[in-house]
This record gives sequence, structure tokens and C-alpha cells, in this order.
Amino acid sequence: MARVSFTSHLKRFFPDLAEEEQVPGATVREVLDELERRHRGLASYVVDDAGRLRRHVNIFVGEEPIRDREKLSDALAPGDRVFILQALSGG
Amino acid sequence: MSDQILLGTRKGTLILDRTSAGWKPRPIAHAGMSISYAARDPRDGTLWVAMDHAHWGPKLSRSKDDGVTWEHLSQLAYPKGARFVEQHLPTPGGDPSAESPTRYKDASLLKVWVLAFGGKGQPGTIHAGTLPGGLFTSHDGGDTWELNRPLWNHPSRGGDLFAGEATSRNDWAGTPAAMAYGEFVPGIHSIVLDPRDPDRMLLGVSSAGVVGTTDGGKTWQPMNEGMRNDYMPNPEAEWGHDPHFVTQCPGAPDRLWQQNHCGVFTSEDCGKTWKRVSHPDVAVHFGFPIAADDTDGRTAWVVPAVSDDQRMAVKGGLFVARTRDGGESWEALREGLPQENAYDVVYRHALDARGERVCFGSTTGNVYVSEDRGDSWRCVGNNLPPIHSVRFS
Repeated sequence: MARVSFTSHLKRFFPDLAEEEQVPGATVREVLDELERRHRGLASYVVDDAGRLRRHVNIFVGEEPIRDREKLSDALAPGDRVFILQALSGG
Repeated sequence: MSDQILLGTRKGTLILDRTSAGWKPRPIAHAGMSISYAARDPRDGTLWVAMDHAHWGPKLSRSKDDGVTWEHLSQLAYPKGARFVEQHLPTPGGDPSAESPTRYKDASLLKVWVLAFGGKGQPGTIHAGTLPGGLFTSHDGGDTWELNRPLWNHPSRGGDLFAGEATSRNDWAGTPAAMAYGEFVPGIHSIVLDPRDPDRMLLGVSSAGVVGTTDGGKTWQPMNEGMRNDYMPNPEAEWGHDPHFVTQCPGAPDRLWQQNHCGVFTSEDCGKTWKRVSHPDVAVHFGFPIAADDTDGRTAWVVPAVSDDQRMAVKGGLFVARTRDGGESWEALREGLPQENAYDVVYRHALDARGERVCFGSTTGNVYVSEDRGDSWRCVGNNLPPIHSVRFS
């Protein structure tokens, strides 16, 4: 079970997101799939149509950014903290 | 005549209502989000907005209660297996004689650039032109969308890449408008639906040209005869043209107008042939938007820019040019527009005409309305965000 936190900016679009969601999954991809089941449409904010992490979105496991931005195959251990954040960009 | 204008801006959606005290904006919707296009479906009144969110990706938003509440939609997406042949940009020091290997990339929606609503006999049909060059159609009011595969798999783009390797060359070049997304891919920015026959449709594609169907999108043909592509070795090539915007006179649908990178063009045979009607002597040549009159096929408006390497108002003075004789001659309309120290440029979707009224908005955040077909102008906002689209509602 991963403990997933989100940038507050995503709550504008998904007001039902909890501060921290307990999500089963052995990889970041599995966690995102489960989040999509809970919050329909959420995955499309995080990854593009081909499943790649969006350019200006970051996912951290603990304090490390995930390595596989293409397939999100980074493995998770029980109790890992996952952060879905937006990169600092804009204008 | 319309008493409402929709603005898609860099920082949200603005609705301007015409009141006894002039045009008044409502509080901004989609605050902080870049809006590439905003328009109302005339059939059922639904407001549609294409959001171009830098972090969370492009999404559609619709309002069925006139802008009180909005529903964000993420169903418009490229299907699994949608690929394109990457275009190679020349690199400094590269060997120009070397054969480049064909490289493929999985397609993902980068931007919804334009929306078009089907005819009265097609309730629920909506088309969306996108980067990286896919046309999507919904038949259920926008709940689900389908990529037009005959266009995506067109021989001019390498053939059916869902099925396997490319069987032909990709002649569709990228648009500079895609470079902000780190890609060099084409974009569909114009969708012209023939009011006489819903199976007839034309698209403007940057940078490929005009492509048309007469069978409801089952087959597509290039429609660039007479176009001149001054920046290519063969100016009359079938593909590689850069229309900036293409539109049709609703009351005389065989008459089309096209503001192209290489001048202003018109067609009197629904796109079969084109004729350049630029008049560089009066600065009518380069620009992005073009608007056709509702009924008079010979009347159109453009907002000229100085040139493709500067892209700003000509000699610091903003003006709209109007023709009333099919492009034979153009009048510069300047009354009420700033004539010194103006550097505005007007994007391809940021000019519209309806009845006596004409409106445009600029990247400098200025919006002007004329209520006498362009003879005179009044500023209705000059501290607005950069304007991406202007549509009478």
C-alpha cells in the first residue's frame, strides 16, 4: 500500500482527492491505474495519451524522482510515499 | 447580429455582453488557464472551450448553463497505436546527403486548436482539429471522440502506421505553433463544413495545406491547386503549404478565403483552385486571421502584419483591411485603431465577423469591435491577457 500525496493544484480539478490516499500497487503505473479508477480522468492529467509522464509533471517516490517517465515501471515497497507534483514552469 | 463575444485568452475565458453601456466582460472563467479556442454550439447553445494547460495537458471544457458551471472533459485522446513519422529538422553540421532512418513517435494530444459544430441535421456532431495533426469527431455531443483514421493514415503521411511500417513518405511538415510543446508536428487549425452537404469538409493544416473530403471523411484529397509556396524549392508542390486560416462565406459556400504564410488567397470553386489576391503595395499580404462576410462572397477582412520575420503591426499602426470585390482591391480601415507605437499581432482565430459587426483581439491584450463592417472601431478592452481566439456567440 503506497501513501500518495498530490499537489494542491490537482484538487482544483479533483476536489474529492484526499490529502493522502492509501493505494495498492507494486509499481507507480499500478498506483496510477488505481487512482484513475477512483478519480475518473485523473490519469490524463498526469500522463499523456501514450502513458508517458507529462513534461511538466513530476512523480517522486520518497525523495527520488521516478526514473521511468515512459512506462512508470518504478517499483514500490509497502509504505512508500509517492508525491505527484507539478514542475515549476509557466508564465 | 450577435450581442455576445467569446474570447479565448492566455489566462482564461472571457464572455463579453453587449449592454446599453457598451461591451462588458463577465468575470473570467478558467482563471489562469491558457485557452486556445472558445465558441458556442449554435444548435443547442453549449459553450465549448479548448484548454491548453501547460502542466496537466489539453482538455475540453463545456458549459450547458451559459457559463455558470463548466465540466472538464478528458475523453479526447489519441488511440493506442496512433503513431506518426517524425519530421527531421536539418541540424547544423549534419550530412545533408545521409539517408535518415524513418523514426516513429506515439501520438499524444498536444493541443485542441479549433472546434467546429455539425449542421442542423447532425445533432451532437462536433469536430476538433488538433496538434499533432489529427481530426477528431464526436457524434454524441462531445462525450466520446474518434480519430479520423483515413486522414491520419493518409498516404501523404506515410500510410497506415497502425498496421505496420510506413509505406510512403510523410509530406506533412510541422507547424512552428507546435514548437512550444517541443515537437515539430502539423496542426489542424481550420475546419470548413459545407452548409449544403454535411459530407463535404475542408481542413486547413499547418504545414501541409488544404485537404478536403466529399464523402464524410472516408477519403481525403489535397486541395492546393493555384497555391504558391514561396519558401519551398517547388512553390507549386502538392503538400507543404502553410495556410494560417481558411474560411467560407456561409451564404455563398463556393467562395473560400485563405490567409496563408505566402499571402491572401481566394477560391470561387470551393477549393478546387486558388488565386492569390495579396496587395503588398497596401501591406495586404502576411497575417494570420481572415474573416468572410455572412452573405457576400466578395467581402472579407484581414489584419495584416508587417512580414513573416517581424510579425507585428505595419509601421506601428494597427489596421484592418477589407475587400468588397473578391480581393481585387483592399481598403485600410484605421478609424479608432492606434496609429503609432502599436506592435499588436492578431492570431489566426482572433478575428470574427457577424452581420455588421467585426471583432478582433491581439497578443497585446487589446480587443476592438466595429459595428459598421470595419469602417470604425472601438476598443472594448486593452489590459486583457494575450488573445488566442475571438468568436461571436
